Amino acid sequence: MAAPKKSVVVKESGQEKANGSPPEFTKAQELAALRDMLLIRRFEEKAGQLYGMGAIGGFCHLYIGQEAVVVGMQMALKQGDQVITGYRDHGHMLACGMDAKGVMAELTGRRGGYSKGKGGSMHMFSMEKNFYGGHGIVGAQVSLGTGLAFANRYRGNDNVALAYFGDGAANQGQVYESFNMAELWKLPVVYVIENNRYAMGTSVSRASAQSDFSKRGASFNIPGKQVDGMDVRAVKAAADEAVAWCRAGNGPFILEMQTYRYRGHSMSDPAKYRTRDEVEKVRHESDPIEQVRNRLLAAKVGEDELKKIDAEVREIVNASADFAQRDPEPDPSELWTDIYR
Amino acid sequence: MPIQVLMPALSPTMEKGNLAKWLKKEGEPIKSGDVIAEIETDKATMEVEATDEGTLGRILIPEGTADVAVNTPIAMILADGENAADLAKAPAPAAKAAESAPPAEAKAEAPQPKAAAHPTAPAAVSEPEPEVPEGTEFITQTIREALRDAMAEEMRRDGDVFIMGEEVAEYQGAYKVTQGLLQEFGARRVIDTPITEHGFAGVGVGAAMAGLKPVVEFMTFNFAMQAIDQIINSAAKTLYMSGGQMGCSIVFRGPNGAAARVAAQHSQDYSAWYSQIPGLKVIAPFSAADYKGLLKAAIRDPNPVIFLENEVLYGHTGEVPKLDDYVVPIGKARVVRKGKDVTIISWSMGMTYALKAAEELAKEGIEAEVIDLRTLRPMDTETIIASVQKTGRAVTVEEGWQQSGVGAEVAARIMEHAFDYLDAPVARVSGKDVPMPYAANLEKLALPSVAEVVAAAKAVSYR
Repeated sequence: MAAPKKSVVVKESGQEKANGSPPEFTKAQELAALRDMLLIRRFEEKAGQLYGMGAIGGFCHLYIGQEAVVVGMQMALKQGDQVITGYRDHGHMLACGMDAKGVMAELTGRRGGYSKGKGGSMHMFSMEKNFYGGHGIVGAQVSLGTGLAFANRYRGNDNVALAYFGDGAANQGQVYESFNMAELWKLPVVYVIENNRYAMGTSVSRASAQSDFSKRGASFNIPGKQVDGMDVRAVKAAADEAVAWCRAGNGPFILEMQTYRYRGHSMSDPAKYRTRDEVEKVRHESDPIEQVRNRLLAAKVGEDELKKIDAEVREIVNASADFAQRDPEPDPSELWTDIYR
Repeated sequence: MPIQVLMPALSPTMEKGNLAKWLKKEGEPIKSGDVIAEIETDKATMEVEATDEGTLGRILIPEGTADVAVNTPIAMILADGENAADLAKAPAPAAKAAESAPPAEAKAEAPQPKAAAHPTAPAAVSEPEPEVPEGTEFITQTIREALRDAMAEEMRRDGDVFIMGEEVAEYQGAYKVTQGLLQEFGARRVIDTPITEHGFAGVGVGAAMAGLKPVVEFMTFNFAMQAIDQIINSAAKTLYMSGGQMGCSIVFRGPNGAAARVAAQHSQDYSAWYSQIPGLKVIAPFSAADYKGLLKAAIRDPNPVIFLENEVLYGHTGEVPKLDDYVVPIGKARVVRKGKDVTIISWSMGMTYALKAAEELAKEGIEAEVIDLRTLRPMDTETIIASVQKTGRAVTVEEGWQQSGVGAEVAARIMEHAFDYLDAPVARVSGKDVPMPYAANLEKLALPSVAEVVAAAKAVSYR
């Protein structure tokens, strides 16, 4: 595939991190971000409860703490842009606008789930919302997401693919194979590295020779940026820049989102690799939802308005949990369907 | 004594080539390392370098000669102090050159000689496909050409079909299977990739998830082990995991199994590996017509398809129906030779042993029915069972290993569905349970042989 002749401006990694505050949100943006992040938070809390009750089985990786990343990124997308991620995917699906009932019912393995109960927590898709999964093999979604971008380039449209992965996946070989091809062919893909500091139980410092993930594309001339992934405004601003870069045909862009997961890697994680204090410190000092709430309160938005959002979100989540427990299991005949088409 | 220059073997599977051009004239001095001639193989045009010093005394094979067998003397080099009179002292040629043919067209890619079927490929007893109308004209093609035509036809038909892989574009294919595609379809649709099997397989699957129809060429399936996670976990399972919402129409193709003298890491047969996976279709044809018709079917299929080719077969020729759109259905075996005494079941390269063995057996009064599976998944159990119900005896033939092999699966199905018809246990002829050795004699021993197939067929016939 012939690459367009454009000079690549490689930006200094990490330079704009914490350089003052990111651009302010309008009140409407703040409210929308609050609502979307709160939906993910409450949904995940409910999923954790249902797991504890035995209604959800297998692996269940919660997104609590990282909500600003997907919500901010999504604000920079337009119709037609694609999203793909790994196994910690519930937040991405809700941010894409997928129905909470369908997601929760998939978690409980019911017929009304997005994959008819055959995929579970890590494997859900929505062609309608351009969400391409939900992939259980660490790093696989990076090559697949690069392929989505390849399709955009092949078709000559201006859609951009977002490929999310974690600091753990960032050490996989196929990530770099994909970086190489994406830059070589100028594919419109934003690689969003969600650095939540731990790949399962291994901290970044114990697994990564280069812990500045925004530099991971440097040897391929892919520009990268470190972003405060706990501030939805910073995420949105970085997303705007990266998506515009890709949409203009300049090739891929890497965003390292510095974030934090409050819960264990999965539900069965005793979290012995970090202290309770560390978690509490992040929660108190930089919780993405509290940041927005505090800004709204400071801007004299009434508690009532915020409570209305709380109530709306709780209702969605409760309805999804209710549906996910009432919906029947898949018909046994479903065992034999969807193997070939 | 004058030195003979022999026709060199320029690839592991080369048996003959065309002498395209002499770059030195008789009487010219030659230094070691000088390029003296150009040779066209079915894959590429290669230069021949002199390894000895002296004077080019005589050209034995004129330029433009086609089908010169490997090791045929092509020229004589005179050492210092020797002259033309010494040429007579040279030993007699070790091998005879093929009949001189008219000069090949002066282009880099020599057309395949329209020779008879390759000596190691017995002519299939032609049983016309049901889908070929009577009176259809056939053309003689190499399997390499049949594959290329299949891809070109499908690319003309559907703009979403593209090919990607190592050396598929500018190099014209490592085995020349994609020859001419770049010229016809351009760099947008014929894409050279870096040497990153895992990565480009994933990119292909992602593009397929987005609705394109990639044909991903692996230079050989040995290298696809790097990519097998994407093939199985991403390509084969996603339709199921998404409840039928998202599948991928993609073909992974390339040579599979043993070539010749390339040792263990480059000689593995993956038929059994891929044929175990629900969600994949697995095709491994033998005849040129099937290579063409099944590759076209594979490209159109909405599911991920593993298309196992064989490097040794690429240069083999066969009769391909001259139809605008020759598509062979996936999942149907073919009775290639009819017989009543024993059923021999094979596919791809294994068919060469099976068919020759059938000829040998016929001489001894045993009429073997030979089935070419063509598709390994879904497997055409019906055709196998119908034959075994008739013959009561079965032999499977494969180059792959025996344990958990395709032959083992065929034997199990026969046991499950035709136990009462069996007059003897099913016999399996297979590659030996060792990594492929390099030494020529050991390699031959590691592969199945016609003699082993004959012996197995006699054993199950108690003869």
